[in-house]
Amino acid sequence: MAIPLTLFDKIWHSHLVDVQEDGTCLIYIDRHLVHEVTSPQAFEGLRLAGRRVRRPAWTLAVADHNVPTTDWSNSIADDESRLQVETLARNCNDFDIEFLHVNDVRQGVVHVVGPEQGFTLPGTTIVCGDSHTSTHGAFGALAFGIGTSEVEHVLATQTLLQKPAKNMRVRVDGMLRPCVTAKDIVLAIVGRLGTAGGTGHVIEYDGQAIRNLSMEERMTVCNMSIEAGARAGVIAPDDKTFTYLAGLPRAPRGAAWEKALAYWQTLRTDVQARFDSTVTLQAADLVPQVTWGTSPEDVVPITGHVPDPTLATESSKRRAMLRSLAYMGLTPGTPMTDIRIDRVFIGSCTNGRIEDLRKAAAVVRHRVVAPWVDAMVVPGSGLVKAQAEAEGLDRIFREAGFSWRKPGCSMCLAMNADRLSPGQRCASTSNRNFEGRQGREGRTHLMSPLMAAAAAITGYLTDVRSL
Amino acid sequence: MVQQRHAGLKKFTVLTGVAAPLPMVNVDTDMIIPKQFLKTIQRSGLGRNLFHDMRYDHNEKERPEFILNQGIYRQAAILVTGDNFGCGSSREHAPWAILDFGIRCLVAPSYADIFFNNCLKNGILPLLLPQEHVNTLMEAAECGGARATMTVDLERQEVRVSHHRIISFAVDPFHKYCLMEGIEDIGLTMKKAHKITAYEEVQCHTRPWL
Repeated sequence: MAIPLTLFDKIWHSHLVDVQEDGTCLIYIDRHLVHEVTSPQAFEGLRLAGRRVRRPAWTLAVADHNVPTTDWSNSIADDESRLQVETLARNCNDFDIEFLHVNDVRQGVVHVVGPEQGFTLPGTTIVCGDSHTSTHGAFGALAFGIGTSEVEHVLATQTLLQKPAKNMRVRVDGMLRPCVTAKDIVLAIVGRLGTAGGTGHVIEYDGQAIRNLSMEERMTVCNMSIEAGARAGVIAPDDKTFTYLAGLPRAPRGAAWEKALAYWQTLRTDVQARFDSTVTLQAADLVPQVTWGTSPEDVVPITGHVPDPTLATESSKRRAMLRSLAYMGLTPGTPMTDIRIDRVFIGSCTNGRIEDLRKAAAVVRHRVVAPWVDAMVVPGSGLVKAQAEAEGLDRIFREAGFSWRKPGCSMCLAMNADRLSPGQRCASTSNRNFEGRQGREGRTHLMSPLMAAAAAITGYLTDVRSL
Repeated sequence: MVQQRHAGLKKFTVLTGVAAPLPMVNVDTDMIIPKQFLKTIQRSGLGRNLFHDMRYDHNEKERPEFILNQGIYRQAAILVTGDNFGCGSSREHAPWAILDFGIRCLVAPSYADIFFNNCLKNGILPLLLPQEHVNTLMEAAECGGARATMTVDLERQEVRVSHHRIISFAVDPFHKYCLMEGIEDIGLTMKKAHKITAYEEVQCHTRPWL
C-alpha cells in the first residue's frame, strides 16, 4: 500500500525535478509573481549573465509596494519609487512578461491580483519575492515567499533549490461566534504558536471552522502563516475553491477544466498521513483578537488587558516585552478597550478584498469616524475598488469620514506616502506590527476589518460586538 | 561586468574578526533594514543603514548606546544574536545590508527560513548553535577587546574564541560546499537544464491546463 501523504507531500512530490544525494531538491515552479521592490536586482543579474526568462507566460508582474494611493496615472512624484516602477515596466517589456500597469483595472496588491485572475490554481507551486505569498495556499497551492536571488533563480530556471518542509496541522474545530472572523482565527493561531512556532513547517489548516470560511477568508488565514514563521500555509481545495475559480480569466476552461477538476479533487491529505505536530483550537472559544506589542505573536482578546512582563518566565521574553511596551507607550494591566487610536488602515493582502470591505462598511454605515481619527480604506486591487464602488461601499466610507484610496500595499508597510507619524497609534487590518513598520515610531494594533471599523467610529480599540 | 554582480559572493573559508553582541530575540527584517531603503534598484550601499532606526536618531546622528556605534564593534565581522533572527519580510536587502556593513557570519540559536536562505545566497554564514554555545559567544563578544575577536573556520566547522575555547558546529554539506566555493547556484541548476526540460514535457501531458 502506498504511504499516506499530506497535501503538502503530494504537491512537493509532483514538483520534484531532481534530488541531490544530500537531500536538496530541485522543485519546479508553476507560477511566479513579480513586483517592483524585490525584482530589479534579479533582472539585472539575468542581464549581466546573459540569461533569459525561462517561462515568461507563467510569470506575472504588478507594481504594488510603493505606488501612491492617490492618483498616479500620470506619474509618481517620488523619484525613487517612480524609478522602481519604471524599471519593472522596462524589465517586463525586455523579458516579455505581462505587467499590469497603473491604468489597468487589474492592478493591485500582488496577492490579491493573483487569485483574482485565476493565476493561482490548486496543486501548483507559486512563488513571489514577498513573504505573504503564503496567501495563495488558500487554494491548495504550495506558495511561499523567496528572496531576490531566488527570484532570479526562478526567472532563469523556473525551479528552486529547497529542502523539504515538515508538516504541521492546525485544526480549528466548531463554529465561530458572530463578529469573530478569519483574522481572529489567524491572530489566535499566531499568538498560540509564536512567531517562530512554524519555522521549517508547512501548516495545513483544517477543521470545521476552516471549511466554513469563504475563499477570501481562507486567504486571510494562509496569508499570516508567515507570521507564525511557517514556510507556507495550505488548505485543501473543495467545492468552494472550484466555484471561486470557475470562469476566472486565467482559470482553465472546457475540457481542460474537467481534467483539472478531476486532479484537484485528489488534492487532500490521506487519512493516515503523519504530521510532525498538530495544534487544535476551538472556534467557539475565540473572541475578536488584537495585538498589543511589536510582534504578531503579541495577541490578546479585545476583552483582555495589556500583559504584565513580570509574569513572563523567560528573561529574553521579558526583555522583549519591556521593549515592546516602551515602544507602544502602554502600561501593563490597561484594558485593551481603553487604548485610544489616531489612525485606521483598512486594506492589505491580508484584508483588502471585497468581503473585507463589505464587513467594514456594514459597521461604518450610518455612523461617523471619531473626530480625532484619520481613517483610510485602500482596496486590494482595481477590481476590488470597482466592485466596492458598484455596491456603493465607497460612499458609505466617505460619508463616515474615511478617505477612499487607490489600490496598493500602502500603509501595511508604508513605503509610499501613507505612513504613521512618530507616536501615532493605528488600528490596522494588515499583518505586521513590527517597530517602524507603518512609519518610524508608529504604533500598530492588528485586528480584523470589523474591529478596525469599530475603532474608527469610537476612536478607541473597541469590541465590535458592543457597538 | 559579470564580476560586479557576483563581487559579493566571496568564498567563505576562515573568517577572523570582531563579534558584536545583539542579545535580542525575533529581530525582524524591518529592523535590519527599514522600508525606505528598499527603493534602491541595486544591491550595494545598504550597509550605512543597517539597523537604521536603532542606530541613528531622528537627526540621523548615531545613537552612542547602539552596539555597532561603539569602538571595535564598528568593524564587526560577526554578529551574535537571539532566536528567530531575520523574521518577517523576505527582503534580501537585509542580508545585503549586513554584508555591505562588513558582517559575514551570524551566530544564533535559530533563524527565519527565508532570511536563512537569503544569507546563503550572498556568501553569509548563518551559524546555528545551541543556546548555551550562543551564550558563551555572546559573553565573549560583550567582553570587548581581544576576547571579542573570534575565528569561524568553516572547513573545520569550529569557532575559536581568543582564549583557546573551541566550539564546533554542524552545517549542511551542500551549504558548506556553496559557501566555501563561492558557488552561484543558478549556474549549477543551469547544468540540469535537461532534467528541467524532461519535467516540463511530462507536466505538459499530466497537467495540460497549466
